[in-house]
Amino acid sequence: MSPGPAVPVPQSTVVLGEADIARALTRIAHEVLERNKGGADLVLLGIPTRGVPLAHRLADRLVSVEPGLDRESLAGALDVTMYRDDLRRHPARPIGQTQLPASGIDDLVVVLVDDVLYSGRTIRAALDAISDLGRPRAVQLAALVDRGHRELPIRADYVGKNLPTSQAERVRVLLRESDGEDAVLIESSAEAPRPGPGPAVGTERGAR
Amino acid sequence: MRHLLSTADLDVTTAVRILDTAAQMAATQSREIKKLPTLRGRTVVNLFFEDSTRTRISFETAAKRLSADVINFSAKGSSVSKGESLKDTALTLQAMGADAVVIRHQASGAPHTLAASGWVDSSVINAGDGTHQHPTQALLDAYTMRRHLAGDAVGVGDVGRDLSGLRVVIVGDVLHSRVARSNVLLLRTLGADVTLVAPPTLVPVGVEAWPCRVSYDLDPVLRDQQPDAVMMLRVQRERMTGGGSGGGAFFPNPVEYTRGYGLDRRRLALLPDHAIVMHPGPMNRGLEISADAADSPRAVIVEQVTNGVAVRMAVLYLLLAGDLAEQKNVEERVVVA
Repeated sequence: MSPGPAVPVPQSTVVLGEADIARALTRIAHEVLERNKGGADLVLLGIPTRGVPLAHRLADRLVSVEPGLDRESLAGALDVTMYRDDLRRHPARPIGQTQLPASGIDDLVVVLVDDVLYSGRTIRAALDAISDLGRPRAVQLAALVDRGHRELPIRADYVGKNLPTSQAERVRVLLRESDGEDAVLIESSAEAPRPGPGPAVGTERGAR
Repeated sequence: MRHLLSTADLDVTTAVRILDTAAQMAATQSREIKKLPTLRGRTVVNLFFEDSTRTRISFETAAKRLSADVINFSAKGSSVSKGESLKDTALTLQAMGADAVVIRHQASGAPHTLAASGWVDSSVINAGDGTHQHPTQALLDAYTMRRHLAGDAVGVGDVGRDLSGLRVVIVGDVLHSRVARSNVLLLRTLGADVTLVAPPTLVPVGVEAWPCRVSYDLDPVLRDQQPDAVMMLRVQRERMTGGGSGGGAFFPNPVEYTRGYGLDRRRLALLPDHAIVMHPGPMNRGLEISADAADSPRAVIVEQVTNGVAVRMAVLYLLLAGDLAEQKNVEERVVVA
């Protein structure tokens, strides 16, 4: 899923701007620290593609609040491609990178970080991936946007913004690291949902 | 990509994509739990008409690490030894519901026949056919070279490097070697510069059409080219018919072959410090490679075996994980139009 350039679509509405995203991440960072009584034994695992830069931004904020934390081992990446339940519905997907702290994730609190929480299937795959990698003390979930329409009993512990959407709409998250700007857009697609792979946007991986 | 039959079919994008996928697969193989659920419920048949231990167990390991079911079918002691044709064997496999057939056959072109015949719906992976092709071996060689000599350079969303600028020397029994043929084409596609070195009797007719240089003298090539990688080929005595002591009619005797084309301590010293020594295995120690060279720190021969599993996992993933029906529909539409 290569991040393409941000093409402005006529019916797209910006729901979160750069400042909103920054504020949401700062709040989530504080909530993470509050809930876990500090940042010790914590690791933020971003789900590629756009979860990874979000995890690193959160880690930067955690370190700025608690300077004693080890920034190096605080953030990583967890690729879930090979654990997905919809592999056979699409052409073979490229596999992203998994980066864990050198000491592994055993007995740590893992905070999964993703851009959009939708069907919950990506998170289901992530939980399976985690159980093959070790046995964390707890797993929590942070999402920049929760757009509803869950298909599995999964909920986020930290949400940047709850975004009530219809399933006909698309939610696009643009990040500076991959798209050159920070924004969350809702696009109401006039056309009927296309079968097959569809346009490669780093969101809605859980879409059916 | 539906089948993997020849490295000639791979363009640079596809080849780099396989190597990048292999790098991610390799990363999963250092974990405590090496098994991934990716190909659960898929069936891979290893159809081996020719003896092979390492390639078969490499494919078997790769398929099992991806949770596919593996059926091993070898010609010895099977219906093939009772005279069954390739077609009937294929129809049997089709009836059993194989999703991929990994085929090794002594006849060049057998995998192509299987893929083009319509006898099976499954993906066909060539695991070595006669003296023609062995694409996964070439891919694992390229992967090993990239790891040691070009750096993986895979970041988030990044595409890994090719092998442009690398100098590779392939030495030995080119005539009988599908490994050499596969490597010449793939390495050229990836931008490497290949030189074949062999006695004149072991250079195939028509080699001037290959995208590589050919030399009969090993020492000057090693000294003047300063290659980044040297690949020693196995002298395939089982394919050499005719008289003579061990070398058929292709070289007078093993000692003379070793003197001209074997990699020993002296020739090892001619190589630049970063150069790696490769061999597809199984090695004839003392013939094409001396124990000094095979056991030297530059030899990556054991690592090639490890990388073979990752590369074969990548190939199985790319062929089987996606929606094949979708791809087939597209192909059919193209045919109709």
